Amino acid sequence: MNKNSFIQNFSDQFDESDDVEFTASTVFKDLDEWSSLIALSIIAMVDEEYDVALKGDDIRNATTIEDLFNVVQSKA
Amino acid sequence: MYNPFSLVGKTILVTGASSGIGRATAIECSKLGANVVINGRNAERLNDVFSLLDISVGQQHVSIISDLSTLEGVDNLIASMPIVNGLSSNAGVLSSHKPIKFLADDDFREIINVNTFSHVRLIRGLIKKKKLSKGGSIVLMSSTGGVKTNVIGNSIYDMSKAAINTFAKSCAVDFASKQIRCNSVCPGMIRTPMTEPTGTLSEEDYKEDIAKHYLTGRYGLPEEVARTVVFLLSDASSFITGASIMVDGGCSVIH
Repeated sequence: MNKNSFIQNFSDQFDESDDVEFTASTVFKDLDEWSSLIALSIIAMVDEEYDVALKGDDIRNATTIEDLFNVVQSKA
Repeated sequence: MYNPFSLVGKTILVTGASSGIGRATAIECSKLGANVVINGRNAERLNDVFSLLDISVGQQHVSIISDLSTLEGVDNLIASMPIVNGLSSNAGVLSSHKPIKFLADDDFREIINVNTFSHVRLIRGLIKKKKLSKGGSIVLMSSTGGVKTNVIGNSIYDMSKAAINTFAKSCAVDFASKQIRCNSVCPGMIRTPMTEPTGTLSEEDYKEDIAKHYLTGRYGLPEEVARTVVFLLSDASSFITGASIMVDGGCSVIH
């Protein structure tokens, strides 16, 4: 599993954050655009791209994109 | 004793009876004196419900295992059941919460098939085979979802419940000449196995939802929906047809 493509897939769920540079250490819940719809999009994206079923708690417990990447990698 | 809500002497078909609202409805109908025909897919759970049905005034109950998500299953149920005076139609599944751009064709097929088409097929068959008697009552299980409220990521479920809600009104019109009434019940969030927090939503999300959206300060119980169904099946509601009754702890008022 490629971390950079995960970050790309993650950032693709955002529409209004063009000025944000998404990196492994981005604290995504601090982003202005972060919302419950984007959280659902992340869960659906991970299901579609990686065939991994994330739970709401996985998102809740993650701080950075890398945290979530690690969870997905561990379940893949 | 005077009781216009009594179901004594009536035979009621309850589908989706092995769990949740259907289960509670079957039990409540039996307690109000009805002979109940229960239907579900899971033999073990259906047997469990059958053993809980009240028989104190000589009610005769029947249990028929059949999968209403298929035409064959509907035909099988209709062929094996007696003529009934009422139908409580509950088959339903919850869709996984997904934004629209991620919806797969299989998502539509499964949810709409169970939540909408299975009810339509059943009612079509009951009328065609004359298994619902004149003066009968149909109660379709809809939801506040899609009727009063729309929730993020819940589009297919909401669509399926809006469809069944309007189908109830169409039934009221089509079957008026047979003096068959048809109404829908629209529950808000009810704690059943179907709505247990499993993945995307947690117990904490539920607490937040209750605080924001429920005037009652809690979600509903299956029995609270079941008693509304009982009312609509009974002669107490004889002037009510084509209606949608909200049983939602006030959530549609402040959503």
